[in-house]
Amino acid sequence: MVATTRAHTWQDLAGAALPTRRSEDWRFTDLAALAAIEPRPWSGSDPLGSLQLPAGVTRLPEAELDAVAGQSLARTGCSEHWPVRLNVGARPVRLGLRVAAGAEPLRLELDAGSAGELLALHLVLLLEPGASLALSQRLSASGAAVCSLVCEAQLAAAARLHWGLVAQGHSSAALLGHLAVTQEPGSSLDLVTVSSGWGLSRLEPRVQQSQGAARTRLRGLQWVDDNQLADTHSLVRFDGPDGQLDQLHKTVAAGAGRSVFNGAVQVPRAAQRTDAAQLSRSLLLSDRARVDTKPELEIVADDVKCAHGATLSRLQQDELFYLQSRGIAADQASRLLLAGYCQDVLRELPDAAAPWPPTAAPFREP
Amino acid sequence: MIRSDAPVLLEVRDLRASVDDQPILHGVNLTIRAGEIHAVMGRNGSGKSTLSKVLAGHPAYTVTGGSVTYRGQDLLELEPEQRARIGLFLGFQYPVEIPGVSNLEFLRVATNARRQERGETELDTFAFEDLVNTRLAVVQMDPAFLERSVNEGFSGGEKKRNEILQMALLEPVVAILDETDSGLDIDALRIVAGGVNQLASPDNATLLITHYQRLLDLITPDHVHVMAAGRILRSGGPELAHELERIGYDWVDQELALTEVG
Repeated sequence: MVATTRAHTWQDLAGAALPTRRSEDWRFTDLAALAAIEPRPWSGSDPLGSLQLPAGVTRLPEAELDAVAGQSLARTGCSEHWPVRLNVGARPVRLGLRVAAGAEPLRLELDAGSAGELLALHLVLLLEPGASLALSQRLSASGAAVCSLVCEAQLAAAARLHWGLVAQGHSSAALLGHLAVTQEPGSSLDLVTVSSGWGLSRLEPRVQQSQGAARTRLRGLQWVDDNQLADTHSLVRFDGPDGQLDQLHKTVAAGAGRSVFNGAVQVPRAAQRTDAAQLSRSLLLSDRARVDTKPELEIVADDVKCAHGATLSRLQQDELFYLQSRGIAADQASRLLLAGYCQDVLRELPDAAAPWPPTAAPFREP
Repeated sequence: MIRSDAPVLLEVRDLRASVDDQPILHGVNLTIRAGEIHAVMGRNGSGKSTLSKVLAGHPAYTVTGGSVTYRGQDLLELEPEQRARIGLFLGFQYPVEIPGVSNLEFLRVATNARRQERGETELDTFAFEDLVNTRLAVVQMDPAFLERSVNEGFSGGEKKRNEILQMALLEPVVAILDETDSGLDIDALRIVAGGVNQLASPDNATLLITHYQRLLDLITPDHVHVMAAGRILRSGGPELAHELERIGYDWVDQELALTEVG
């Protein structure tokens, strides 16, 4: 009888049918698992109830939030993406923040719980010219749950955003996240995303350098085990010259986990002298795990440097033997090597995120 | 220092080993007593590096015959980490870089594994830092290298100093140093050799694997062995190394041809 009494379907909420694997954007990621879940609205307490804003960070008035919400989504071309439409339809908790120069670090924690409910958040950040912010954001789920996250950030000239998102879920939980950032010239973005433990996780960092001449540094780490699936689809677009991108995406695939990375970089004619580098590194810990990784470079400008690379490996026998030859047992040596592999990304999280290391066993310090 | 009544630490008997089904060692015999420094010399491909890796338990090598006894115990049945914990040390020719793993943490975990085996208490971070600072002096190493990832971005000389630092912390009973002199300039060589000399004692033994005499000018061996085609062809005192320096390795081919005919 559940089917007849429920208020919504995913299709109702998003105003569009679930994407299928026939769509290129969802080729490796099946949302069918969602179809089996009834999208029940959030009934818990205000997820931002305990939020305390640090000095230099103020709430945007509703009218102003209405005016700017959606701008970065539109400019990074994802307003009509299914997860974004779902977020809109789910009537998310909205939070609009203005960040001034010299702002203190901001922490945002969101727990989607285990009650099988849909928690939706729409965050909008406006960084004023010359402002800087360290944002540590944590998402978690401890059982069945769906977390819909849409974050927008506008970086004015010479603004700096150091943004760490640590998303640690549960095999019965799903995460759908869009992180849309627009950058004015001279601005600087360090975005570090870490996800582990979700049955399904899809993160889409999307960055537009509106006139080029900005600096974008992306770091990603995703860990899959059991039957989990983690997917990162990133996009960086340079709409002007002299932009910089430095991107590293790392994957650990264990058990029968599946990992997907698609890294789009768009360098239109206006983006001369772009300097972009993208590297995808995957570590396979099991024969049953699967990794799909793909760069997607669209380069029209002719005077650019765009490097990309992908590596897929197992734990190196020589590294293991070196540690063993110093008296370190094979399993502890493996943990050390894995922790080292992950540390490369984890050490780039903002300081305030440090008390939140993911607790998936291999992330833990040995 | 040779004392014929000193206890035997390592006894290698007719050791045979292969890698990828390719036989490399064809019956190596070697007896090492406490207080001794041995040098195994030979050309590239003679099997001397293979000998060091087989003794340390590298998984790529398969022992196909013979025995190795370490202080009365069958060494070959032990995992590499267990060999290290009971006092066998291999200084690598090419120390491995391990990005993301702090050198200090690595040294501490390794030192504690050895201490635990010896029935000593494990050292916490602070106690270990005190210990490591005293040992840094052995190889005149800058403490800044402790903060970096294991061997990552170290020069050749820095990597070899880091090897000897590990040796100073682990206090091995038998240390095998595989081509520790390779890639070192004369200053780095002096520091590394000085470290090895400081750590040598009547209770332990050192096996130097080397191609050249120059390391042996700084560390005087008690026994010199010449290896060729996976066997020890000739053994002698330090004068054998000087003889090799003078006449080279060409005689090895003639001797090998003779043994094959014989």
